[in-house]
Amino acid sequence: MPRLNNPRVTLAIIAVALVLPLVIQNFLTFQLTLVLVYAIAIIGLNLLTGFNGQFSLGHSAFYAIGAYVAAMLMDKADFPYAMTLPVAGIACFVFGFLFGLPALRLEGVYLALATFALAVATPQILKLSPLEHWTGGVQGIVVNKPEAPFGLPLTEDQWLYYFTLLITIVMTVLAHNLVASRTGRAMMAIRDNPIAARSMGINIALYKSLTFGVSALYTGVAGALGAIVVQFVAPDSFTFFLSISLLVGLVVGGVGWIPGAFFGGAFVLFVPNLAESFSKGLSGAVYGVMIIVLIYVLPTGAAGLTRAASRWWRAKA
Amino acid sequence: MTPLLQVRDLHASYGSTRVLHGLDFALEEKGVTTLLGGNGAGKTTTLRALCGMIERRGEITFAGRSIARASTEDIVRMGVAHVPDGRGTFVRLTVEENLELGAITRRDRRAIAADLERVYGYFPILQKRRSQQAGTLSGGEQQMLAIGRALMLRPRLMLLDEPSFGLAPRVVQELFAILSTLNKDEGVSLLLVEQNATVALDLADHAYLVETGRIVFSGAARDIRQNEKIRRSYLGY
Repeated sequence: MPRLNNPRVTLAIIAVALVLPLVIQNFLTFQLTLVLVYAIAIIGLNLLTGFNGQFSLGHSAFYAIGAYVAAMLMDKADFPYAMTLPVAGIACFVFGFLFGLPALRLEGVYLALATFALAVATPQILKLSPLEHWTGGVQGIVVNKPEAPFGLPLTEDQWLYYFTLLITIVMTVLAHNLVASRTGRAMMAIRDNPIAARSMGINIALYKSLTFGVSALYTGVAGALGAIVVQFVAPDSFTFFLSISLLVGLVVGGVGWIPGAFFGGAFVLFVPNLAESFSKGLSGAVYGVMIIVLIYVLPTGAAGLTRAASRWWRAKA
Repeated sequence: MTPLLQVRDLHASYGSTRVLHGLDFALEEKGVTTLLGGNGAGKTTTLRALCGMIERRGEITFAGRSIARASTEDIVRMGVAHVPDGRGTFVRLTVEENLELGAITRRDRRAIAADLERVYGYFPILQKRRSQQAGTLSGGEQQMLAIGRALMLRPRLMLLDEPSFGLAPRVVQELFAILSTLNKDEGVSLLLVEQNATVALDLADHAYLVETGRIVFSGAARDIRQNEKIRRSYLGY
């Protein structure tokens, strides 16, 4: 798998990412911020599915929990928005780890079903009237948009973009290091051959639940950032469809390749809009066709494309 | 002298299907013991039961300690390396990452690096392919990788599950020569499970014949090799 270990390429990408919001419109900046948010969530899903071989159709639930933890902390406890991220992350880690424990006995389609149940149940639980005082019920919660600190001459959208970019870079580097570590190798060994991994002395139950927890943490932080950026959480923003979108982003970016999350995030944000511009009534069908064509032409996603491109580049040089 | 590995009345099952019905066998320190038998005899199950990967009952003593209730991780830490059925290659990782996984329970980084070079000394082909995806290796190379990976533990005992399976005779010979070196020069005890009785009996000093989860015969490997009746009725050659 290609890695973004070419420092020049990485620096160039970061430079572009820093300049971009200064030259584009606010709405596009807002959309790019959401791309980064999705990318963090997709990295989380990739750690679980791409590197550990566990399926999940329930990541919308972790995203929802992260978003609601952040919104409730800001709404009810006047938490500074940046401080909601670690709390949301830890809450989702604990929840993901605990969910991962019973899920240990499930594999493949059975695990997919169990996580599907989680995705379907979460929006309904958020609507429950006994919880309405905290969750706002069907109405959800509106949160305030943070302004740029220290009198920086940035619009709110620009500031949120830079804030999200910083978090994204930190989370990406951490994920990269995790995958390259001894723990990461154990995760991948379990994916490739669980029986052999066990006979090497790897505690499969522990690593699988930990991976579930870390994966949920990433997606929860993404959810919290999403809540801050969109300034609004409601149960119906976090349906099963969000889980599928993250899965689409994972496959489009490349399973088992961390930078792929950025391609995947851009795809799930922009391509449905693009499909709608073709035909309002058939946008779902157009989106579906686009996905099918992409999987046909590029089965390994952006990862395969990048690899081919860098090979071509080197051959030319 | 007490043996390195002593197994008494070993039972094991997959769910409600019983596979082992009271096995007794032993392995001397620095010895080579082989369990011979056909498909479904319970050979793979025996190895899995020894390292705690499946439900088992009975007495298992390794290096003077009972391991009948120990977890797989603890058994590995005691120096029992397993070369699993079907080689157990981590197909999408590189050759070197596969080898490093053999030492995942160890913390002594320097010694691990030295052991990596030692493994490359035994299997130069693995060094040549160190950054290649392990799934792209040939069957023989993957078997070398599995043995090399087990060596990375610095094991006292190596459990080998049909290392000759599916390999060309010349490759089998090469592998068994290396196993013999590991046993003689490095003092690694070997418990070898095989269908290929000829090569197994050449390497082993002691042999047990297993049939449907029971030991039906045991003795010195030399004697079994020369016993025509046993060869005909159990080993089929």
